[in-house]
Formats: sequence, structure tokens, C-alpha cells
Amino acid sequence: MNSLWIILTGSLVAASCGLLGCFLILRRMAMLGDAISHAVLPGIVIAFLWSGSRDTLPMLLGAGTLGLITVLLVQLLHQNGVKSDAAIGITFTSLFSVGVILVSLYTQQVDLDLDCVLYGEIAYVPWDTWEWNGMDMGPRAVWGLSGVFLLSLLLIGLFYKQFKVCAFDPAMAAAVGIPVMLFHYLLMGLVSLTTVASFESVGAILVVAMLVVPGATAYLLTDKLHVMLILSMAIGVISSVFGYGLAAWLDSSIAGAMTTVAGALFLLAFLLSPRYGVVVKAWHRRATKLERGSTNAG
Amino acid sequence: MSWWQLLQDPNTQWVLAGCILLGISSGVLGSFAFLRGRSLMGDALAHAALPGVCLAYLLSGSKSIGLFLLGAAAAGLLASYAISMISKHSRIKEDSALAIVLSVFFGLGIVLLTYIQHSDQGNQSGLDKFLFGQAASLVGSDVTAMIVVSAVLLLITTLLYKEFKLLVFDGSFGRGLGYPMGFLDGLLMLMLLLAVVIGLQAVGVVLVAAMLIAPAVTARYWTNKLGVMVVLSGCFGALSGSLGTLFSTTMENLPTGPLIVLAATCFFLFSLVFSPKRGILVRLLQFLKLRQKVLHDDVLLALYERMEADIEQNPSTLRNGCSVEVLAEKAGKRAGSVQQALTSLSRQGLVEPVEHPAAGTLWTFTAAGLKKAYELALNQRLWDLYLMNEQQYQSFSIDIHQENLAEQLSPTLLEEMMRQLESYNLTPKLTVSHMAGGSLLAGRQGGVS
Repeated sequence: MNSLWIILTGSLVAASCGLLGCFLILRRMAMLGDAISHAVLPGIVIAFLWSGSRDTLPMLLGAGTLGLITVLLVQLLHQNGVKSDAAIGITFTSLFSVGVILVSLYTQQVDLDLDCVLYGEIAYVPWDTWEWNGMDMGPRAVWGLSGVFLLSLLLIGLFYKQFKVCAFDPAMAAAVGIPVMLFHYLLMGLVSLTTVASFESVGAILVVAMLVVPGATAYLLTDKLHVMLILSMAIGVISSVFGYGLAAWLDSSIAGAMTTVAGALFLLAFLLSPRYGVVVKAWHRRATKLERGSTNAG
Repeated sequence: MSWWQLLQDPNTQWVLAGCILLGISSGVLGSFAFLRGRSLMGDALAHAALPGVCLAYLLSGSKSIGLFLLGAAAAGLLASYAISMISKHSRIKEDSALAIVLSVFFGLGIVLLTYIQHSDQGNQSGLDKFLFGQAASLVGSDVTAMIVVSAVLLLITTLLYKEFKLLVFDGSFGRGLGYPMGFLDGLLMLMLLLAVVIGLQAVGVVLVAAMLIAPAVTARYWTNKLGVMVVLSGCFGALSGSLGTLFSTTMENLPTGPLIVLAATCFFLFSLVFSPKRGILVRLLQFLKLRQKVLHDDVLLALYERMEADIEQNPSTLRNGCSVEVLAEKAGKRAGSVQQALTSLSRQGLVEPVEHPAAGTLWTFTAAGLKKAYELALNQRLWDLYLMNEQQYQSFSIDIHQENLAEQLSPTLLEEMMRQLESYNLTPKLTVSHMAGGSLLAGRQGGVS
């Protein structure tokens, strides 16, 4: 039963990240996901100090706010003439430092393990359960993640067209009257929410992996956005199932193993994707060359 | 007093020396990376170093720092190769490639790290200090290694300064000159990697990127010269390193790495606001000044055009000015800001108020004001003419970003344009001669002439 809960948690993380990650990749903001996932740390610590508990709601609020602040700061620095990659780098490292310093200063009050912040501990998920009316409703993380996943699914389903146009051609989106900035911040808000919901179970850096790697793998396999979204979620779920197997076999970090499997799947797609794979392209090139050679000879 | 005692402590001296060296070398190399648009590369290289460190430990079974650095460097090389391969050979863009390599390598590193920790090999405890860095644990041998590496890095940078400058600003021109740009690019990457690897121990995986980015961006605010920027960036790095170390030794429970990063961020924020050429404050002041100037010019022009229209319709009954409301409507501004502009213009001696029995306060030009308004109107109409017939004037090199057109014209061309203005009936009619003629001056006595 515990394995099932862990796999379910991993799959939920992978599915919600995979869904949002596709848009990040298409809008060339993959590193912004990285920045958000690091920068939410002070938000979590402040929410923790303020509420004095590990309740999900204050943490979601604190981290969500910090996520949006990160996006705003990056945009602000960029408008003031800092290159966007440098703006991202400065923002998230300084916010992360603030978080680490807060944790070290209030180390008695804060029951947060810094290692946990970076690579999470999904193995403890089944024991942190949520009780409602005296009934055991299952792990709390699963509920939180399901909520965030359904919210993302709902918003993206409702505004699919708008998100699609914004992802491929923001200028056109603005021209036809779509509030591009609103959708930008909506997407970033969802990314921060997902990051923080996944945070406890998979940690900051592996959120980035789940945001980018399945989406990029799907991007190599298809040219259609809806297929890419579905593929990305499926690849995420597959990585979490096989990742759990790998972790059990090696007796190692589950989240790390999930990332490793996702990376392996990406490598596979990079080499063997039917349309964009490196090996396949080389094969085609060789076939064309041979064909041309034989016609020339004939 | 206590600071001095702290500085006497040999342990603090080692840590301080290490952090300063780290600041210098990453500041110097960071400025090249920043100008090359590779700021986040340091982040990816740092994360990618983790599996290298773990593999080095797994293979050798010992915790030798040299082997760790070797492993980290090897993994970093592989990572930078993978990033360039992914962005070159597939449709995935460089930022996604960076994020993919960073997270997958780090995930692999975590798997190896936990595998080592769970397999009970006893002496693995020092490995996870690479995650967050422990500057406080730097000892003599570490600092010696740092000195050697930084010295080599700085030496190569000095020797190949010109080549790197070429690479950073115009790589294809360098290739045209016959320099091996691919090799230089690879070398720069390798040096960046070395700077990251020696920084890992002090500030850790996540924050080492900040040491590459923040000093370089800060230095960029103070100069436009690469040489000055590199030196400044090294100084900012060294300063942040020493400040962070000193603060963390004076207070309990404060980790060094994050403090160094925060010090660097403070330098950056200060420069962002107060830099004399590109700072927010200076640009805000310039913007306000420009807005003021545009408002003044608009008000002067509105008054001029209004009075010009009057004099054209009815030369005999010249109105002696305009009310604020009329001007505001004509210039398309709020009455309040027009009033403010008029007050400040009258302080400059360009306009003056005239009390009118029926219409209240009216505003009119002084002689200097009329001269200025005439020039403004002439300039604006010349620009209109130029833009209307741009093809005709194309052969004359006119800089359309300059404000004044009349100064850019040769006397003959100016004459020709004046003739053309006349044919459109756009020549400014109201000149100082009207004033000398007394028609305006008469108005000063009050009452309609």
C-alpha cells in the first residue's frame, strides 16, 4: 500500500509538472521554472514561522506569493537593462540565500531539513496522513497535489486556446486582444503552486526536472500541442513508476531515481525519435546519399 | 577590536583567503560568461558536478579533495558537451537544454549520493557538504589548491585577454582573422568550469552561480570598457567574499555561502539604483527632465500657434495672450500642468502674465520667449516638411534622432526648405518684429488695442 501511495504522489507531481512544463518550454522560460522552484524557499520558511505549523495552506500561500515575486523581479530587472538570464540567476540565488539564512537563524523553530529542500523525501509521504472527522483519508501530499493538478487541468482546459496562442506567438495574441500578461502570470502562479505542492515530496531541483524533461521529451516526439501535453504527462507517470522500481533496487533516493529515468527517456527520444532523433536523421541522410550515389552511377 | 582578534585567528585567515580568491576568479571569469550570454551555464555546471564527485568517491573509496575536483571537472565537461549537443542537434532551445542537463545530472547525483549513504561505507560524511558548501571547514590544503587554480585562471585570462575580448564581442570577425574561436570558446568554458569547481566547497552547488553572475552584472553598471569591467568584477567578488566571511564569523549560526551571495546582491542592488550612467535613479531624473522640457516646449508652441492664428485672421485686433484653459486644450494637457509650466517659464523670463478685465489672467510672450517659440515652431515645421518629403532630402545626411534640424542643414538647403515652407504657407508668421512693431507691447498696458 505504501508503494502505491508513493507512486501515486510521484505520478501526480509528474503529471502536473509535465502539463505546465510544456508551456514553459514553448515560451523559452525553462530556467524560470528553475528560478521559481529555488526562490519559494523563503516563502515556505516565512509561512512556517508565521503559522507555526506545517499546514499545507499557509505554505502554498507563502510559496505562491514568493513565486510571483520572483517572476516580477526578473521582469523588473530585465526592463531595467539586465540580460534576462543574469536577471534570473541573481533573483533566485539571492532569494534562496535569504531562505537558507532564515532556516539557519531559526533552526530551533524550523523543522525543515535543508537536504530535504533540495532533493525531497518522498518516502515519508505515506505517514504524513490527513485525518478528517477521525477518518484516515490518506496522505496529505496526495490531496494537496490532486487539488493543484485539477486546478491546473481546469484552467488550462478552460483557456486552452489562449494559452496556446500565447505560447506560440505572444505578439499575435496581444493583437487579437488576449491579455498576454494575465496569462503569463496565471501560468507562473500555477507553476509556483505546483512547485510548492511538489516541494515536500520531490524537492526543489527535481521539480525542475519534472517541469522540463518530460515536456522536452514530448516536444521531440510530436508537433501538436495537445498530443505534446498528453505525452508529457504520460512520460512523467512512466518515469515515476520506473523510478520507484530503480530506487527500490538501488536503495537510493526515489525522487532522484525518477529524474534519472526521465533523463534516460529523454536520451532515448533524442536519439531515436521517429522525426527528430539524431540517429534517425543520420540514417535518413545516409539513405539519401546512397540513393543519390546510385542514381548518379546509373 | 573583536574584528582584529578574529583576523588573528589562523582558521579565519584561511577561510577569508579562500573566499576572496573565489570571489576574484569567479568575478573575472563571470564577466566573460555574462557578456557571452552564458550566465546560467555556471549553475548547470555546478549541479552537474555532484555525480562526478560521487563517482570519484565510489571508484576510489577515499575522500581525497583532488579526486573530487577531478570528478567534478569531468562531469562538468560532459554536461557542457551534452548541453551544446542537445541545442545543436535537436529542436530544443538552449535554455531547456540547460534545465534538462542540470536537473538530470543532479538527480543522478542524488541517486548516487543516497546510494553511498545507504550502503554504509562509514566515512562518507563529507560528501553532502558539496550541496551547500562549508566555507568554515576550508583548511590550508584546500586554500593552497584554490590559490594554484585561481593563479592559473588569472594568468591565462591575462595572456589571452585580447583573444577572449574578440570572442566575447565578435566571434565571427575573430574567425575571419584566423583565430581558433572554437578552441577559445572551449577553453573559456573549461576555465569557467574550474572556477565553479573551486567555488563548490565554499558556497555550494546552488549558490556558486551567483558568484559568477552578480559581480559581473554589478561591474557592467560602472563601465563600458571590458578591461575595467573585468578588474571591477574581480574586486566586487573579492569584497563580497570577505564581507560574507567576516559577517558569518561574527555571528552564530550564519552560513558563509548565502551571506557572500547576499553581499554580492547588495552591491548589485546599489549599482542598479545609483550607477551614474545606467542607474534607475539617474534615468528617472533624466526622464522627469525630458518630460518637463517636452511640456514647456508644447506650451510655448501652443501659445505661439494660437497667437499666430489670431494675427493672421485679424492683424489689427491682436489679442494679447491666452488663458490657461485655452492653452491646455490646444496642447492637449491638463490645465494644472500647463499652469505649472507657465509659472516656471515665467521664472525663466520667457512668458509673462497680463491681467485682463474680462478674461482674467492671460499669458503672453516676452521678447526672449517669442524668439525661442519662433525657433521651436520653425524647427517643428522644418521637421514636418522633411518627413513629408523624405525622399527628396535623402541625399543629405540628416540624423533623425537629433532634436534640432535647422542646425544640421547647410545654408543653401535651409533656404530651399524655407521656400518650400512658404509654398505650403507654413512659415512661422509671428516674429520678433511684431513685438518691435509694438502691437504686442501695446497689449501690456492692458485692454484690447
